[in-house]
This record gives sequence, structure tokens and C-alpha cells, in this order.
Amino acid sequence: MPKKLAKGKKAAEPKPAANAAIEEIPISVQVNGKPHSLSVEPRTLLVEFLRENLDLTGTHVGCDTTYCGACTVVMNGAAVKSCTMFAVQADGAEILTVEGLEKDGQLHPIQKAFGDSYGLQCGYCTPGLMLSAFQLLSRNRQPSEKDIRKAIAGNTCRCTGYQNIFKAIESAAQNMKGV
Amino acid sequence: MYPRAFHYHRASSLKEAVAMLSQLGDDAKLLAGGQSLIPLMKLRFANPQHLVDLNFVPGTSYIKEEGGALRFGALTRHAEIENSATAAKIPILHDCAAGIADVQVRNRGTIGGSLAEADPSGDWAVVLMTLSTEVCCLGAKKTRTVPLSDFIKDAYTTALAHDELVSEVVVKAPPKGSGGAYIAFKRSAPVYPTASAAVQLIMDGDVCKDVVIALGCVGLTAIKAKDAEAALRGQRITDKALSAAMEAARAAADPQSDMRGSTDYKRALVGALVKRAIEVAMRRAHGEQVEVGHIYA
Repeated sequence: MPKKLAKGKKAAEPKPAANAAIEEIPISVQVNGKPHSLSVEPRTLLVEFLRENLDLTGTHVGCDTTYCGACTVVMNGAAVKSCTMFAVQADGAEILTVEGLEKDGQLHPIQKAFGDSYGLQCGYCTPGLMLSAFQLLSRNRQPSEKDIRKAIAGNTCRCTGYQNIFKAIESAAQNMKGV
Repeated sequence: MYPRAFHYHRASSLKEAVAMLSQLGDDAKLLAGGQSLIPLMKLRFANPQHLVDLNFVPGTSYIKEEGGALRFGALTRHAEIENSATAAKIPILHDCAAGIADVQVRNRGTIGGSLAEADPSGDWAVVLMTLSTEVCCLGAKKTRTVPLSDFIKDAYTTALAHDELVSEVVVKAPPKGSGGAYIAFKRSAPVYPTASAAVQLIMDGDVCKDVVIALGCVGLTAIKAKDAEAALRGQRITDKALSAAMEAARAAADPQSDMRGSTDYKRALVGALVKRAIEVAMRRAHGEQVEVGHIYA
């Protein structure tokens, strides 16, 4: 990581806090049920932490500007854009990424519904959309059309395949009844 | 994108956060929900050397009804307000909270952070300006209470000293016969509105006893459309009075031409939003339950 940081750095920028080296911060997080304790540089974004430190590359970086939602993960039950949080802020949190949806080799009903309904084209936005759907369906098993549209308003599908994504979430809600 | 490297400090109380700010000086910034600050840092428009994280301070997220007012802890997330039956007693607050960006941003962003950031396109300042709102500012020596109209000074500029923070936002419940509405026009959910209008009024039969109208995203701060208010105050709200209010709102707007639209377009738009917000506010003042959402392009 440090190499990458150096590469992206602009030469004219003022140096950080005169004398002091930036201290790494120890954090402990549960990701997909597995505990992890490690130290991170404060500016490490949660999405980079997941992708580069934990090698969980299912969480995607899309716009990197809090717009597209490709980086959506569920933290303590709430969907968040992991490009707009520092990893240090997730200290003590439980995080669910797309890799954690599957259980014992069985696809999660949301994953299955996305496949069955052709709720994806290029697939780049899919992990984020499934996690937005996860927050919705974990709180509301009978979402209305409006509830679904509102739940995924923060996720951009640049293939514009929204209709099938919508259908996938509708059918996931059906499949999850009584689960 | 990586922000510039910074030192991270985790406050365990608001008092401690204030002490950290005094000690660290001007190069320290507070981190609340981070939904404005982190993007600014990633684009390197903001380059603080120190971040003081408030997210681990217990007891800063609450909505309390007390003595005819609603008190919001500074770190109350937009989503909590959106889902709060207490906050919904003032319908314009629900309009605001439920319409900010998207689910993910509402899960993180905070009411105190939104006011303290004073982004010219922020929603809370526009809406809270139509109500009697006070911002509690905690400093090293004392806590002071600043009316919202004195709190926001300019774009990204507030009355906070560098070692003060917003601890609570207090909104007085409007009197009986009141109704309000907030409507924004947006290209899509995650973006800032192109323009927005907040209206809070008091009706006596079909006469408008009092009204406050605020315009968002059409100036460096939220703009109070005083002439538009004057066009309605003490009047029956006829088509003629509505047209006069729209005209005055268009004149009060001071928009910048940008990728979201030209100056003329935004002026026309904000006039139309004011009209719609007045209509909803009137119906609510008459006791009707009206659900209202932002308008998406």
C-alpha cells in the first residue's frame, strides 16, 4: 500500500504534520462473521481495507465520489458506501460484503433472484445492489414498488438494467417469505 | 482516491473533542457522518492534518420532545430522523430527512454535521430556517445557543469558533394551524438538488396568518424569500397571491449557472417549487395528511 500512496501523491502538496509520522491505528472488525484485527493508516478507506488488506475484491470501486453505490456494504445492519468511510471508523463493527451472502455453498435468496431474473448485465454494480437489497429485505419482507425503488436509489447501474434488478428484488422478497 | 495523510484522534466525549480541537489548532477538523467531508478530502479540497472522530462518542444520537421543542443530538443520522415518529410530528422535517441523497448516505450523514458543514447545497439549513431553530455550540469554556439565522454566515462558513462544536439542534414545534413542506428538484437521488424550496405557514381559515419561505441551492447560503412571504402574509391564498409569491421567489434567488442548469432555468424552477410547497403546506395546515417527495428529472 505505501507504494501506491506515493504514486498518487502530488509533488506540490504540503507535507503532513511537520515532524510526526502518521501513526497506524489498530482496529478489530468482523467481516462476514470472521474477526480481523490489524493496524491501518487513518486515511485508508473502508473499501480499500476490504479489497487490499482482506483481499475481498467483491466490493467494487465505481465512481469513488459517493454517487454510484458500487462499494455498498452492510455495516451493523445498515447499508453504507464504503468509499465514503475510513476503515478506522469501522472499528468494532460487523460488516457484510457480497462474499458473506452465500452460506455453506448455497446462494443467498437475493443472489439467486438476481441470477434467475437476469438482474445483471456487466455485473459491476451487482454486489452493491445486492447489499442495498439486503438492508431493505432484512427490515421489510413485503416491500412495495416504491420501497424497492427508494432502497436502490443510491445504486447506479450503468448498463441501465434497472427493470430486471427491480424484478430480482421483488422475487427475492417472495423467496425470503418465512425464511 | 486517497485523501492527504492525516492524524486520527478518537474522542470519547464531546468535551474531549473540544479539548482536542483547542490543542490541535486550526488544522484539525471534526469528523461526524463524513458524507460531505470525506468526498472533499478525497478530492483534496479539504486537507486537514488532524481529524477528530465524533462517531464513538456515546449519547450523541437522539430525538427528544421536550417543552414544546424537538431536540436532536448532533450525530443523529438522517435515517433515524426519517424513521422517527417523533420527528414526523413536524412533517417538513420528515420531508427533509427522507429526501437527502440515498439510503446509504442517510445511514451515515448527521443533522449536526450538515449544519456545521454549511454546504450551500445542503438540505437541513434550508428546512430548519423556516422553523425556529437553535444550534447549541459547545466550547471549552461555555455552551452557547445560536439562532440558525446567525449560525450560518456564508458558504462553508458558520459562527463556530475553531474549538467549538455543534452538540445539539433544537427545533421549536410550530403553533397549531401550521403546515410545512420541502420539495427539491434533483437529477437523481445521490446528487445535490438543482433547486429546492421550504415553506412553513400558519393558516386561519383560508387566510395565511404567517409564512416563512426559504430557497435552497440558488445562492451561497439558503435564502429567505422575504418579499414572497410578504405577498402571502395576511392574505387569502388566491391564484393571484400565489403568482406574486412565485415572482418574488424568483427575484430573491441568486443562482449560479452550472451543469445542473442555467441561472434563468434555476430561477424559473425555484418559483415552481415554491408554488408546489405552498400548496402542500396549506393542505397540511388544514389537517390533511399529505405525502410529498422530491421531484426527479
